[in-house]
Amino acid sequence: MPLEAEQVKLLRKMKEKHPMPEQDHAERIKNFNEVPFGYDAETAVKEAMRCLQCKDPACVEGCPVEVDIPAFIKLIQEERFAEGIKKLKEKNNLPAVCGRVCPQESQCESFCLRGKKGQPVAIGRLERFLADYELAKGVETPAGPDRTGRRVAIVGSGPAGLTAAGDLARMGHEVVLFEAFHSTGGVLRYGIPEFRLPKEKILQREVDYIAGLGVDFRKNVVIGKTITVDELFDEEGFDAVFIGTGAGLPQFLGIPGENLNGVYSANEFLTRVNLMKAYLFPEWDTPIKLAKKVAVVGAGNVAMDSARTALRLGAEEVHIVYRRSDKEMPARAEEIEHAKEEGVIFNLLTNPIEIISDENGWVKGMECMKMELGEPDDSGRARPVPIKGSEFIFDVGTVVIAIGNSPNPLIPQTTSGLELGRKGTIKADDNGATSRRGVYAGGDIVTGAATVILAMGAGKTAARAIDRYLKS
Amino acid sequence: MFKVVTKRVLSAVNKLMEIEAPLVARKARPGQFIILRVRENGERIPLTVADSSKERGTITIIFQEIGKTTKELGSLQEGDYLSDFVGPLGRPMELPSSGRVVAVGGGVGIAPIYPKVKAFYDAGLEVISIIGARTADLLILEDEMRAVSSELHICTDDGTKGHHGFVSDLLQPLLDDTSKKIDEIIAVGPLPMMRVVAEQTRPYGVKTLVSLNPIMVDGTGMCGCCRVTVGGETKFSCVDGPVFDAHQVDFAELTRRSRTYLDKEKIALEKFEHECRCGGEK
Repeated sequence: MPLEAEQVKLLRKMKEKHPMPEQDHAERIKNFNEVPFGYDAETAVKEAMRCLQCKDPACVEGCPVEVDIPAFIKLIQEERFAEGIKKLKEKNNLPAVCGRVCPQESQCESFCLRGKKGQPVAIGRLERFLADYELAKGVETPAGPDRTGRRVAIVGSGPAGLTAAGDLARMGHEVVLFEAFHSTGGVLRYGIPEFRLPKEKILQREVDYIAGLGVDFRKNVVIGKTITVDELFDEEGFDAVFIGTGAGLPQFLGIPGENLNGVYSANEFLTRVNLMKAYLFPEWDTPIKLAKKVAVVGAGNVAMDSARTALRLGAEEVHIVYRRSDKEMPARAEEIEHAKEEGVIFNLLTNPIEIISDENGWVKGMECMKMELGEPDDSGRARPVPIKGSEFIFDVGTVVIAIGNSPNPLIPQTTSGLELGRKGTIKADDNGATSRRGVYAGGDIVTGAATVILAMGAGKTAARAIDRYLKS
Repeated sequence: MFKVVTKRVLSAVNKLMEIEAPLVARKARPGQFIILRVRENGERIPLTVADSSKERGTITIIFQEIGKTTKELGSLQEGDYLSDFVGPLGRPMELPSSGRVVAVGGGVGIAPIYPKVKAFYDAGLEVISIIGARTADLLILEDEMRAVSSELHICTDDGTKGHHGFVSDLLQPLLDDTSKKIDEIIAVGPLPMMRVVAEQTRPYGVKTLVSLNPIMVDGTGMCGCCRVTVGGETKFSCVDGPVFDAHQVDFAELTRRSRTYLDKEKIALEKFEHECRCGGEK
């Protein structure tokens, strides 16, 4: 039912986004089901009406994969949902993923004119609406283009690799995607929890879509071990290689007690739960051990994911321990909000100095110091300075270290002619071209740990550059 | 999917399987390992490459049926398929160019030591092998080891075969024989055995290597589950190892970490055995 003109007028003046219904927090910490339910069609159309259809839309500039945002929103306004998703997918192969995990507030939505007075248009929620609408109805695979006869190997099936693979396949190239794990998706599979990104219902369907574009997935192949990049060219006959292996090397604090039983890297903790489904043990074989009280060190998205996962696994008390203040927390506002609602306790300006062992070598506590903020450091953030004599002991039995990841060294170590950055990243120019001809890279392996959408943007840019390279 | 090409029962608890995995077989070198999953809901477990054949495109694994996953693996027959099989992982072992090497294998540790001994032997080194097991029936790969060793010494804890006692008893005279220098010792077996050998050779200053098998998840350096303290530094066994200097390894920590999931392993095993008995889903 089209909206009345009067109604539209009112919607245009509405300062706030339409709220997205979600699972009640008391209920949701007992399950791994997705937290927000998404907009229904009626709400989506109403929210879309808040878009002013700017002539010179700033939001598009904020989208690393260049989605024509006003165009797809206009199609929602007109209730032409099937066309809307097509428009979205012209640029974005993973809309259901992006609609869930993109930090829209610091991307497209931060540029939205409506955000100057009130809240921006809920671009992310609208994207998610269209993607879910299509998944519910059945996904259409676009017709295959003419084949170019050129072969591209993609290394890593995370957001960068999936995007590059999808785009290159749509350009007519033969694309083979290699994944080290037994399951595709990279960090979308092992890192981001089920309650933020459902694996079978959402992620697998988008991976299937990429496969439908003609991408050949080869799982259980570790490039750098099973096959080297050099061999991809010399023996396997690839014309170009894209490396999107991500930031898969966990950092630890370097404090005493980190190898005690009960200390996990966030990568291990989340991989056990997300990829290996430890929350379904013993139906699934992989176990996890969790004490009643859990400390998660760090305050990024991965820390929030770990803390919220610990709650769902049955922890009674979950603490975020972060050495700076709330202003510096790198996690998305929405993730912090969700964590707080669910009862995660935030201990800011608190820095762990030692993890303490019980008589059997299990964690029984974590000694911390209170901090205060000093002068800005290299990162521009206020440097935390320990307060003398403020040591205290946290009574926790599990510690999850979520302070970041470094690039995985397997490929840099085994590939000839690749120039590396200071922290083990692969050096690449703005188009993703590395120092070696025909080898492109993008995502966290180039930038260090960043976001899903930036990795997708890098995959998209590199796909274009690879296409040009293959045609030259 | 990865096919079980051959299966051999080596003892009451040890089985050998040759798995079709041509890409892995092309690359595997002594000292490396693979990670497998028996089926969709399964755990990822690391196993050392016991042998490989480029020509046949196969990797040989030998395992002791000790927990749920290894028992389930052992229940597969020739022609069955494993859901996942990835490798080769870890660093290959470095071969000394010449000299005299002593290889010590205990229990199912004889399996991972075999390819190393074979590589030493093929490289023209003198290899003295010592293998031991709890009892004669559990002693595996005796003929294979003999074929690639200059000397083979055998012991069993209960005296049912060879020397009545431990591998360390047989190693001692070799250490004490000052007329023949030992260039390198490599020991693979249960953690207590490797720890004993490390302590035994330490005063003699003989280079001693061990191959570790800690709990792992991904095997590519991504999770840090397999971290082990070596020379005071944290190493990831999957990418920095699995072969390390025995004198530098913190065995106490490693032993403790290997016991992290004992209670859960018991639950998984009981459930598996119950389902087997009831003919339930495997």
